[in-house]
Amino acid sequence: MMFAHARACAFLGAALTGAFAVHASAAEIRVACYSDGNECEVTQELAKRFETQNPDVRIAIDKVPYKAITEQLPVQLAAGEGPDIARVTDLGGLSKYYLDITPYVKDPKYWEANFGQTLKWLRPTPTDKGIYGMMTQLTVTGPFVNKTLFEQAKVPLPGANATWGDWAAATRKVAKATEVPFAMAFDRSGHRFAGVAISQGAKIFDAKGNLTIDDGFKATAKRFYDWNRDATMPKEIWGGVGGSSYRDAFEEFANARVVLYLSGSWQINRMDKQIGTNFDWIAVPNPCGPAACTGVPGGAAFVALKRTKNPKDVGRFLDFLASEPVYAEYMAKTENIPAHAGLSKKGIDYKVSPQANAALKVFVGDVAKLSPIAYEIQGYKYNRALFNSTTTRLGQAIAGEMSLDDAVKRIAADIDEQVKAAGK
Amino acid sequence: MVDLVRMLAGTRGHRRLDWTDWLSYAYLLLGLVLMFGPVLWLVLSSFKSAAALNEFPPRLLPYGQASVTVPGHPGPLPLFRVKLPDGSTRQLAELRRIGIQATMIDPERPEEEFKVNIRDRERVRAFHLALENYTEIFGKFAFGRFLWNSVFITVVATLITLLFNAMAAFALSKYRFEGQKWVFLLIISTLMIPPTIILVPNFLVVSKLSLLNSLWGVIWPAVATPTGVFLLRQYMLTIPDELIDAARMDHASEWRIFWRIVMPLSAPALAVLAIFSVIWRWNDFLWPLVVLSRTENFTLQLALNSFQGELTTQWNYLLAMTVLTLFPVTIVFAFLQRYITAGIASAGVK
Amino acid sequence: MLASSRLPLRALAVAIATVALNAVELPMRALQRLLGVPRIGWVFVTPNLVVLGLFTFLPIVIDFYYAFTGGVQLDLRARPFTGWENLQTLFECGSYLDPSTCRKDLFWRAVHNTAWFALLQVGLMVVLSLVTALVLNRKILGRGFFRGVFFYPVLLSPVVVALIWKWILQREGLLNAMLHSAGIAGPVWLNEPGWAFSWSVFVSIWAHMGFYTLILLAGLQAIPADLYEAAEMDSASPWRRFYRITLPLLMPNLLVVLVLAVIRAVQMFDEIFVLTGGGPGSATLFIVQFIYQTAFAESIRLYGLAAAASLVLATTLLALTVVQLRISRQGLSGKAGRDDG
Repeated sequence: MMFAHARACAFLGAALTGAFAVHASAAEIRVACYSDGNECEVTQELAKRFETQNPDVRIAIDKVPYKAITEQLPVQLAAGEGPDIARVTDLGGLSKYYLDITPYVKDPKYWEANFGQTLKWLRPTPTDKGIYGMMTQLTVTGPFVNKTLFEQAKVPLPGANATWGDWAAATRKVAKATEVPFAMAFDRSGHRFAGVAISQGAKIFDAKGNLTIDDGFKATAKRFYDWNRDATMPKEIWGGVGGSSYRDAFEEFANARVVLYLSGSWQINRMDKQIGTNFDWIAVPNPCGPAACTGVPGGAAFVALKRTKNPKDVGRFLDFLASEPVYAEYMAKTENIPAHAGLSKKGIDYKVSPQANAALKVFVGDVAKLSPIAYEIQGYKYNRALFNSTTTRLGQAIAGEMSLDDAVKRIAADIDEQVKAAGK
Repeated sequence: MVDLVRMLAGTRGHRRLDWTDWLSYAYLLLGLVLMFGPVLWLVLSSFKSAAALNEFPPRLLPYGQASVTVPGHPGPLPLFRVKLPDGSTRQLAELRRIGIQATMIDPERPEEEFKVNIRDRERVRAFHLALENYTEIFGKFAFGRFLWNSVFITVVATLITLLFNAMAAFALSKYRFEGQKWVFLLIISTLMIPPTIILVPNFLVVSKLSLLNSLWGVIWPAVATPTGVFLLRQYMLTIPDELIDAARMDHASEWRIFWRIVMPLSAPALAVLAIFSVIWRWNDFLWPLVVLSRTENFTLQLALNSFQGELTTQWNYLLAMTVLTLFPVTIVFAFLQRYITAGIASAGVK
Repeated sequence: MLASSRLPLRALAVAIATVALNAVELPMRALQRLLGVPRIGWVFVTPNLVVLGLFTFLPIVIDFYYAFTGGVQLDLRARPFTGWENLQTLFECGSYLDPSTCRKDLFWRAVHNTAWFALLQVGLMVVLSLVTALVLNRKILGRGFFRGVFFYPVLLSPVVVALIWKWILQREGLLNAMLHSAGIAGPVWLNEPGWAFSWSVFVSIWAHMGFYTLILLAGLQAIPADLYEAAEMDSASPWRRFYRITLPLLMPNLLVVLVLAVIRAVQMFDEIFVLTGGGPGSATLFIVQFIYQTAFAESIRLYGLAAAASLVLATTLLALTVVQLRISRQGLSGKAGRDDG
């Protein structure tokens, strides 16, 4: 009984001190991180190395789901709370919270030379020249295809310059022959849709630089709508949930229920782990349209946040991560495409399966074919207005709630309203 | 007591149960199936492996697919009974399956590969409790931490709720002071203000008080429950004023009266409120979701929800987590069901 | 083992409590001398009021401020004043009965969905609760057990409730498996707009009816048995007994249950959000989710619009609560002489 009593008191004591714990005297940096594959684990590994090299800093990596970054982080930041560094994808939308770490990095010119293109995405205004963070990857949207199904159906793979129409026809044939329920699937995301639209001739921006829904966009919407309604695509992806919530079609592809899957390069790690050699999965170059054969670039960046109390240490840590050897290691371990100009030229020694290697090569090749409009929309501050409204309204049309024409009209109205409000 | 006698007298009176009785029992049995069935199905499903969950139609009990380890191949391979083109049936292990074709091998002679149409094979089953669903989530998942957070919030919030609500109920039932009616109406009026209406401003308030991300930020906004005040007030109204007057004549302070007389006498109502509060705080979802963003501060409900977002299709882990989350409430229910239901009944009769 | 370790803990807790309470007594006595006995009530009521003030009333006021300002900032000072604009945007409609003619079509869809939901869910649930209460009121074995059976789902958290049913309604879930064995191919229930709505109604009834059953049961048990005996002696049929005795005497409880259920139905969020997320499309989008979405889930957060929608909802709830208070007051006067406590 005495022992139990002592144990109870000890537990109580420990719990109480745990609740009011005073942190160690080392400066602490909190990093809010979400993983596509294993980014946060690798970050943690590198952070530990940084800690041994810099014992006066402690790095705490908070692994959170993607939803927390998109839904909770902005509200926290707006209320003056949040971490010191965050891995975010809404690069322009959150830019008002970023901290310029130019005074805290060793060599700003190194940053400019190697991350120049993507640093623009993080700047609040076009004329700004600050360094606000580091891209943890360059991602490109593009399709994955189940090659084994093509082989079983004895249908030849469309070539490098095939159009979306060609792919639709080919995958339909394959699906029929192999009793696979659907030919193609897109992730439920306006971001994926945009690449297809740009290829089909959508200009996205009008002469004044504002978002616009033109004929190219409308034509793509109609095609996409038809595909969903005639069972070329599974309508429960876009039409099965509400609002602008994200839903990927990965499991459909992994379970061989779909022949072609439009997603992006960040899925390679996951494909390797979950599908492995169950079937031959390959990446193919973005199908063409009359205007381009493009995907949309993107990626998540570690951004420094204004509210931090340790800007110097934040700068040091990001500098560490951005240094060539560390960044190269980061890319190799997370199987991501580098946003680092120097490393892009040198190439990364990916220790990955041959399938992943081949896929990465295709995506790297796609980077060269990206349309300038695609770069622009990725860097545009209010691109979420376009992406989210597309997802919501097309989703409603596919679910049968409104006609396609109505949906397109609503997309334009939604964009107007949101951009106007954001501009106030 | 009277009820019991009446019931026994009733059954003794009827020689046989008439059709309304049978109908009632049937209805109640249907209710039993519908109310408990889904939960039972959840529990059963949580013991199935991911592969077994993918089976359609699903089996009732956790039957895993039998598997066999074949030298030269990593991991166990699923076993099937296969009808071969020559008419014989053999047990083969499956290497992989794409579309309508499966590649299979004989476990005894692994070099020989068979290409089998999926229509010609059926699974070999064995009873298998996928306990790894439960153990693996402890590894991937700081279950103890989340449990502690939920328990801390629930216990502390309940204690504070009991204290504050009892004090307010005491004031509203045993005193007559200026503006009392308005105070009461004010408190009751908050019943119609759902937390979501004031989510954003509340968030602003909590952050200005530096309570963001802390378990206290979840506790404080939740303690002034109007239902609790109402419940306790109703009960305290029945405490005879003479007891209080007598204590006053003995020069007891009001606080003493409250603490030594009224509180102990209100024990049944306090117990009911305590049970309610425990259940409410344990099941709280939206407000903790907004306030808590650091994973280590998550409650069980938040952890469950975030788990759902990340691993939407890894149902085996999700199901195990769900079972563990509803387990404490089920225990409370099993032991305290009588008090809970009695409490609601008494509150309902206003 | 557990009991023996609890004893010293309990002693510890009691000790702490006694010390704390005696410490509070000193200032309380002082306040008592200052304010006099009736007014000391204010001191007792203050902690509750402070919490309510900070976390309920102050936010309501701030909500008004949000509703009358625009922009996307959370910080109040950074928001430009826009007056009625948010409310005007909300109410800009060709016809209020057709959401697709409205500028904020999603808001009006949510309003329609919520209205239909409240109607259907409450109607069905009250009937089912009444039937169940009537059955439970009979002389049957295991009555206490069955009472608990219906009440169990009420205790489960909304997340758990939603996940349980989501699991059953999967494409290859239990329901479709049972239909399959009967030769019927079930759809993907939660992906069909009509079915998703129906299932939302069903799931929320499943999760809440036990609560109302208990309230009605208590009401039934409070009806004096001699009334029924007298009716039996007059050889009144069971239906007549129900219609003439049970229903009128139960009416106050029924009305209270009705209004409480409607108030709750209008505020429905948690379980539906996890079950369907408002989908497919906006088939199960309800008002509270619209508010949440507008203020949190969109990248460009329209706090003003969300606040305006909140005010509309609050007004509806205010009206309903007033109705409920009126009814329960009437009910109380009709129950003079009954012992409730």
